[in-house]
Amino acid sequence: MAEGSTKSMKKILAVASAGGHWIQLRRMAPAYQDQDCVYVTTNPGYRGDVGDSPYYAVRDASLWNKWSLLILAIQIFFIVLRFRPDVVISTGAAPGYFAIRFGRWFGARTIWVDSIANVEILSLSGQKVGKYADLWLTQWEHLSSQKGPHYRGSVL
Amino acid sequence: MIFLTVGTQLPFDRLVRTVDEWAGDHPGKPVFAQIGPTEYKPKNMEFMPFVDPTDCRSRILSSSLIISHAGMGTILTCLRNRKPILVMPRRAALSEHRNDHQLATVEKLRGKKGVHIAMEETELIEMITNMETFEAPEEVSDYANPDLIEAIRLFIENT
Repeated sequence: MAEGSTKSMKKILAVASAGGHWIQLRRMAPAYQDQDCVYVTTNPGYRGDVGDSPYYAVRDASLWNKWSLLILAIQIFFIVLRFRPDVVISTGAAPGYFAIRFGRWFGARTIWVDSIANVEILSLSGQKVGKYADLWLTQWEHLSSQKGPHYRGSVL
Repeated sequence: MIFLTVGTQLPFDRLVRTVDEWAGDHPGKPVFAQIGPTEYKPKNMEFMPFVDPTDCRSRILSSSLIISHAGMGTILTCLRNRKPILVMPRRAALSEHRNDHQLATVEKLRGKKGVHIAMEETELIEMITNMETFEAPEEVSDYANPDLIEAIRLFIENT
């Protein structure tokens, strides 16, 4: 891992809504934070969590607000266009869904880790994003299946 | 100090009102409430609709008890900082959330040291009154399960 880290630095776009999604994304930081990271969330207040890495606060939107959803999609599109990530990683919800969809258009490989809060059924965005996520994970073994989502552990 | 938080996305009148009524009966026990878009305005405790994440974290650290909806952000922060937390899940039937995933969350948390669960208002009042008996949560690591981290790290390395 250490050797050749400069030549093999990957561009990582790490995306999560504020609150629980963001805190879960940060709990997985050792997996990606030694790469070239850009962070996207919905609250400017977490900037202090990520040191000098580029950080964007986008519109907070859910599937129930179409106008906010459109603005969010445009914001995410331009971040993806500008940064051209090698990997997109998200824990949810809507911002991560868009980042994975748009990331794919530009050739990124994508990781979705569904929130630990979804114990009985995968999140709506997690279900919709499944076929676009190269690594599609749930944090609950009983929700995993052969075709995905898979289970590799949880943030707790 | 007791810190009440309902997250930022949805109102939770039932929780805010119940804790406010408790605070009215216990003037020696100050409560600060972050109430989000909740319509009910507390009379017996200091409150704000939103606090920024840094402020929220420091309020959790400086409080002896955190009362919350069953949101994973607050729960994870309390576990990480070994702060006792009392949660009451939102219910879809009362339009407190779009579905009942918070009920499932609390069932998975039941029995975890330092995490206390009230299913409704009467139980909540009883439990706040007994807060002196609450224990701190067990220590949890700074980061996710090592297997999960390794799976993601390998995926990135092979990209």
